[in-house]
Amino acid sequence: MKIIAAMSGGVDSAVAAARAVEAGHEVIGVHLALASNPQKYRSGARGCCTIEDSHDARRAADKIGIPFYIWDMAEEFHDGVVENFLAEYAAGRTPNPCLRCNEKIKFAAVLDRAKAMGFDGVVTGHYARTEIGPMGKTLHRAVDPLKDQSYVLAVLTTEQINGAIFPLGDTEKVDIRIEAEARGLAVAQKPDSHDICFVPSGDNAGWLRDRLGSEVGPIVDQSGTKIGEHKGAYTYTIGQRKGLGLSVAAPDGSPRFVLKIEPVTNTVVVGAREELAVSKLFGEKTIWCGPSIGADPLRGFVQVRAHGAPLDCTYFFDGQRLIAELDEPLLGIANGQAMVIYDGDRVVGSATICESA
Amino acid sequence: MSVYLDHAATTPIFDVAADAMQIALRKVGNPSSLHTEGRSTRKDVEDAREVIAKAVGCLPSEVIFTGSGTEADNAAIKGLFWKSGKKVIVISSIEHHAVLDPARWLVEHEGAELIEIPVNKSGVIDLDFLKDLISKRGSEIALISVMHSNNETGVIQPIGDVVKLAGDIPVHSDAVQSFTKSPLSYKELGLTSMALSGHKVGGPHGIGALILRRAYEIPALLHGGGQEREIRSGTLNAPSIVAFAAAVASHQYRAEQVAKLRERFETGLAASVPDAYINGVSADRLPGIVNVTFPGTQSDSLLLLMDSENVSCSTGAACSAGVHRPSHVLLAMGHTEITAQSSLRFSLGANSTEADVDFALSVLPTVIARGRAANQK
Repeated sequence: MKIIAAMSGGVDSAVAAARAVEAGHEVIGVHLALASNPQKYRSGARGCCTIEDSHDARRAADKIGIPFYIWDMAEEFHDGVVENFLAEYAAGRTPNPCLRCNEKIKFAAVLDRAKAMGFDGVVTGHYARTEIGPMGKTLHRAVDPLKDQSYVLAVLTTEQINGAIFPLGDTEKVDIRIEAEARGLAVAQKPDSHDICFVPSGDNAGWLRDRLGSEVGPIVDQSGTKIGEHKGAYTYTIGQRKGLGLSVAAPDGSPRFVLKIEPVTNTVVVGAREELAVSKLFGEKTIWCGPSIGADPLRGFVQVRAHGAPLDCTYFFDGQRLIAELDEPLLGIANGQAMVIYDGDRVVGSATICESA
Repeated sequence: MSVYLDHAATTPIFDVAADAMQIALRKVGNPSSLHTEGRSTRKDVEDAREVIAKAVGCLPSEVIFTGSGTEADNAAIKGLFWKSGKKVIVISSIEHHAVLDPARWLVEHEGAELIEIPVNKSGVIDLDFLKDLISKRGSEIALISVMHSNNETGVIQPIGDVVKLAGDIPVHSDAVQSFTKSPLSYKELGLTSMALSGHKVGGPHGIGALILRRAYEIPALLHGGGQEREIRSGTLNAPSIVAFAAAVASHQYRAEQVAKLRERFETGLAASVPDAYINGVSADRLPGIVNVTFPGTQSDSLLLLMDSENVSCSTGAACSAGVHRPSHVLLAMGHTEITAQSSLRFSLGANSTEADVDFALSVLPTVIARGRAANQK
């Protein structure tokens, strides 16, 4: 096949591209320039689109012996990912921008462009597997549970999964580094990137404050009594305990947690830990990564964070919303988080949490 | 088959130049040394200087060897500015970054004021604008810089007219693209200074020349051994200088022949992609450069697709991150950012053939169709 290898400049995508070449594909390396004003150098483990990263990607392509180009996706990234991230926080929700990037950029803008240009698909360094069976090509967890990225890929439709190749899903990260070393890739020991790539400082709250303002508002208890003040409701997360700056203790002396963020009134609601517990999740904007399901309850797992645990649940689709009933209650769920349903290690689909009970 | 159509970026070194360089590389002797070996290398350098001087119509003492065309432009723009004590720098809006960036640097760091001469739709500078500017602010102008021909479109500029209008104001011209490709005489044009480059004319990389009027001294960028009229210190790069001159002396670039190939390409293009249009088509252009806008495409997609078909061409400008940016040259000619980013430059060289042109034409329709599909997503 003729495929585009999306190369971030990191070790994973470099090895993925090398493996794709070895598998006999005709591979062209592409680095996505996602920042309109990229920084020159990478600071620590943060960010993934500096000029240094594009250089690293180019050198990896040289080593692998494939052509290399840079595609400017800064506008698409800004509109589809960064703006969405801000809008979600402004609305009091907690988004995951990596899911949006996979949904809007890597397997949409890039894959669409690649297909139009005569390529068959896109290979990336994500840790996930695909299988071909009676349900067609399906998305599965990687063998390395610590690196598994199926959660952030659960926004891919069957058509997108058909155009995606994930050569790293069967290998543990430590072995990928060894393989990169053996292949002579200079990025073999480059630190993993984490955090949010477009917040290079890593100071998420500060970054949001700079863009959304820091309007002071009330912190209230569940009865609505004001017990403190905050500087911008969106810089808090559900379940947060530290940094509330409350001087009035709870009547029973127990610690208080953020229960709710109300953007319209710029209010943060706090309460006792047990108030955070939920046992039912409702999700909208459902995306099926394989066959869709119906209203008949099924047993499986739901995961609500990128590296969260799979939780036993019963799940079904009521025609509008994806619903998961948890066997054990869960603490601190924020609207905007993605709920991803697994049938064993297969990704069934995902939805954006819009309500919990 | 693989076809190289990016000769304006760099062109293959001529065999005579590579051979001359090979010999010079193995020769010992610093041209500044006084002994036999030094004198011998010095002779090679001075022979080469005379070749270059003859080719551009200047005195040998007016040739200052530099490390690149960019260095020659920098030395001229900064040197003329500092020498003048005046603040206004006038350049065309389509200058190469080798002129544009030092001019902007002088604005940022030395308090210069930069005025750009607009161009018309064909990419030719507006002489009326310049005339008006000189009549109003002539006494404040430190220098005027207008390229001899544009590197993206090949459009030739009326340098003789610029010099006439300038009067006593120093005029620099970046002649990197024109040298050996179109008639070029430093003396006849009456320029103060001019920039040349070796690797655009069949010579090696890393060698250029600043042509600067005899006995007209400017502050130097590099200080050291006092070589090259104390304007460009540093041991002379004798092997590259010798090879540069060998390329120039060989007269291998046949302008008429290259112009015929361009004609063939443009005719074929009109037939295969009828809505494509050539930028600067109605102006006097260099024989080897064709800048084409393909509506409804993005040039970086086109470049990738052409490259996959083994045809090398250029999208023009890219930023430091390697991201394609709309060309300031095309924007100055009235393009929108979108149409500017739908353009490719094809440039022919001394060794280009009809087969090259025909092959490029044969892959274009598929490439353009795919590029259009990719752009609609």
